[in-house]
Amino acid sequence: MPDPALRSGPGRVLVAVYAIFAVAATARSAVQLGTRFGDAPVAYLLSAVAAVVYVVATAALARGGRRLALAAVLIELTGVLVVGTASIVVPQEFPDATVWSFYGAGYGFVPLVLPPLGLLWLRRTARTASSR
Amino acid sequence: MIPVLPVVVAVVTTLAGGWALVLSVRDRPAGRQLLTLLGVLAVVEVALLVQTVAGLVALAGTDRPVHGVTFAGYLFGAVLVLPIGAWWAVTERSRWGPAVLAVACLTVPVLVLRLDQLWAGHA
Repeated sequence: MPDPALRSGPGRVLVAVYAIFAVAATARSAVQLGTRFGDAPVAYLLSAVAAVVYVVATAALARGGRRLALAAVLIELTGVLVVGTASIVVPQEFPDATVWSFYGAGYGFVPLVLPPLGLLWLRRTARTASSR
Repeated sequence: MIPVLPVVVAVVTTLAGGWALVLSVRDRPAGRQLLTLLGVLAVVEVALLVQTVAGLVALAGTDRPVHGVTFAGYLFGAVLVLPIGAWWAVTERSRWGPAVLAVACLTVPVLVLRLDQLWAGHA
């Protein structure tokens, strides 16, 4: 059931930041896949996954799709932790940066901070929704 | 590319972002200050439009090693951030509206400074 509370108040800012990352990751991934896919296929496919996750998270939060938003944010959290670790352990697979490499250091670590904030926000709005 | 313009835009939008944050913290979602801020951002938007046109013209006529698709992407991104951000901000009637505006404002310097780097030949 759509919950407009997700896009109100602090959620407004969350959607804005998610939207910026959705556009940035999608554009970056499109350029990477379109112009030099062979250079680093693993990194570029993960870039594309990150882009899809951000787009889904943005849309779900903005439209109030609580379950879809939760799924996207959980995948995002897993992604940034796994890819962040992998970019340190097997750097040869990541010759070019993705949004999630080095835990999003190239983006001021916002990709690492965003999923916990998303989870907190989903939990907080769930509480007010059930107490209404 | 127009020299100096990216730096001016970056400075003004950083200050505007700080101002929007102050409005958010002091809980002033609407009023004359917000309208003034939106007016300033409208002027910045005109500068960004000029920059995009100039950037595309310069890109078409340059033999520098600039990555064209990426450069054009940043040009269009820089033009879209403020209008979309302003719409998303004014449709929120709480202190979080100006906070959204701050996010949009602070995204602009990142984009225009990156544009400058791309133009200088750094991929």
